[in-house]
Amino acid sequence: MNVIDVHGLVKRFGDKTVVDHVTMTVAEGEIVGFLGPNGSGKTTTIRIMCGLLTPDEGEGTVLGFDIRTDSLRIKREVGYMTQKFSFYEDLTIAENLEFVARLYGLKPLNEHVARTLEDLGLTSRKDQLAGTLSGGWKQRLALAACIMHKPRLLLLDEPTAGVDPKARREFWDEIHRLASGGLTVLVSTHYMDEAERCHRIGYISYGRMLATGTVDEVVRNAGLTTFVVQGPRLDQVAAALSGRSGVDQVAPFGATLHVVGSDKTALQAALADVEKDHKGVTVTPGETSLEDVFIQFMSGSKDNMG
Amino acid sequence: MKNGINSVFSFARLGALLIKEFIQMRRDRITFAMMLGVPLMQLVLFGYAINNDPKSLPAALVAMSSDPYTRAMVSALQTTGYYRFDHVAQNAAEAEFLMARGDVAFVVTIPADFARRVERGDQPQILIEADATDPAVASGAISTLGTVANQALLRARGMQETAAEAARGQLEVVVHRRYNPEGISQYNIVPGLLGVILQMTMVMMTSIALTRETERGTMENLLAMPSSPLEIMLGKVLPYLVVGAVQVVVVLVAAKLLFGVPFTGSLSLLLAAVLVFVLALVLLGYTISTMARTQMQALQLTFFFFLPSILLSGFMFPYRGMPGWAQIFGEILPLTHFLRIIRAVMLKGADLPAVATEIGWLVVFVALFAGVALVRFRRTLD
Repeated sequence: MNVIDVHGLVKRFGDKTVVDHVTMTVAEGEIVGFLGPNGSGKTTTIRIMCGLLTPDEGEGTVLGFDIRTDSLRIKREVGYMTQKFSFYEDLTIAENLEFVARLYGLKPLNEHVARTLEDLGLTSRKDQLAGTLSGGWKQRLALAACIMHKPRLLLLDEPTAGVDPKARREFWDEIHRLASGGLTVLVSTHYMDEAERCHRIGYISYGRMLATGTVDEVVRNAGLTTFVVQGPRLDQVAAALSGRSGVDQVAPFGATLHVVGSDKTALQAALADVEKDHKGVTVTPGETSLEDVFIQFMSGSKDNMG
Repeated sequence: MKNGINSVFSFARLGALLIKEFIQMRRDRITFAMMLGVPLMQLVLFGYAINNDPKSLPAALVAMSSDPYTRAMVSALQTTGYYRFDHVAQNAAEAEFLMARGDVAFVVTIPADFARRVERGDQPQILIEADATDPAVASGAISTLGTVANQALLRARGMQETAAEAARGQLEVVVHRRYNPEGISQYNIVPGLLGVILQMTMVMMTSIALTRETERGTMENLLAMPSSPLEIMLGKVLPYLVVGAVQVVVVLVAAKLLFGVPFTGSLSLLLAAVLVFVLALVLLGYTISTMARTQMQALQLTFFFFLPSILLSGFMFPYRGMPGWAQIFGEILPLTHFLRIIRAVMLKGADLPAVATEIGWLVVFVALFAGVALVRFRRTLD
């Protein structure tokens, strides 16, 4: 049974379609990354899945419960971590956890709270007001609060925004530890390195799911060819390349240029011309990265909207 | 799955919300102090300040002679307590100027031929000009005037006996000013203030209850967790019921100790009525909270409701003085009904049957507001 199984989800706000026929399945124990630019509908999709929004069209189940009729049951079995810190800043860490534990009817209360504090290394700060915590600690508290009731599905909405790299690393280690215990995780993010730590990813833009699969699958299915250009005066080379037919992206990477295109023949022709015009420039085949694919998606969907 | 976790209402979850709310209330020291300090301040301020029957008003005397009749008349006016002659004008023009400037509220003119007319029995006249820009100021001072002046005149002429003789057999009107024979404003104002203070704090505090959660972003989380609309509503309004109870005790004790307002009725009946009233108020505030999107909107809505409540409920101005449509409008304000109850119970010693209709109205408000709030409550973020 799929933990998330939704199809054809549509959500409109006024005349703006924020989620446009999104279909998604997530199997038990999977960590699925949800990627897309700002305002692409990631948060709205997650909110539909945890029952905070009702879809205008489409249906599906989360943990076997219907997202339209059984949202109360879903809420009890799902841990949802909001994008913005949404616990009480005028309550201490321990008080926030006690509040959540009471709402979920966890007994014995003190044991649950103490264990959660211990697991997340928050014991020493338990009497600190949540409002005085730094971003990383707030994120830990939020994670602690939404896994305390042992949910079967974790929905995380950009959990690592504004968190330093070390805290991010620890956070992801924690997510993998939880997933190995059978927890299913859907996490939205901007970061490519985080996408690569997911079992599967889905890319959404302007409300449409453009690609799903493993990172390798998404890169392969994008059908992009990448060449690496090396040599002197790369800025001039870049200027000469951009705008030519077949060249979709020109991006400097350290001392090299990554040149990406979807039409391999046209791209090669363009590069051959440039190689001729600029002395000392060499072109070698490169590997298309996930980032290249996403940039391609983003410029592509902008064209669609334009 | 644990037993009862699917039910619409659970005491454990309500408890969680209540504990959270009390902790937040305790941390917000200024608001907490305001909830207890403001009622007391307002009670003392308004209780001592408001007076519907002002006495000892500044008056100017224009007296052309100083015969015994004139003096008797002046002293009689002074004894009523309404007139304080601190200006003596030489002529009508000077008196006119004093009144225009607002230095005096009355100009009493006793003409030069006053004594002569009295002695001749030739219908003597005195002129009292009142500054009636504020009708309430002048009314008390003028109403007693006819009797006072006549009696003074008769006394001055040594004709009291004859007058009493003549009055026998004539029509006598007996007026009893019941429940407040001395017409002390505070007896009317102080019980009313309890209603106004409760209305002010209860509605305002609860009107921002949900919008505050929305603005701080905690609403999303609260909705994502298993708490039902009923639990959230009770979790928000019950703490303020406790605050309201404290305010009631403060105001009632102060009414007794500071203002000596008589308490003739049943305390338990009054407290029961207060409970229903406060419940109606917190639910009204909560209803506003389900409609407003920001705390600012919530406060604006509260004030839209507050002003008519003060002006049309009979707190400041007589309810019966309003035209019919305004009285109907007054009926839909909980404060109107509460004022009738508290004044009836405290001053008139009314029992349950006497105020049952008014309490019934308050119960209707409670049911109505709770119903609207539950319907209006957005369980999703749509």
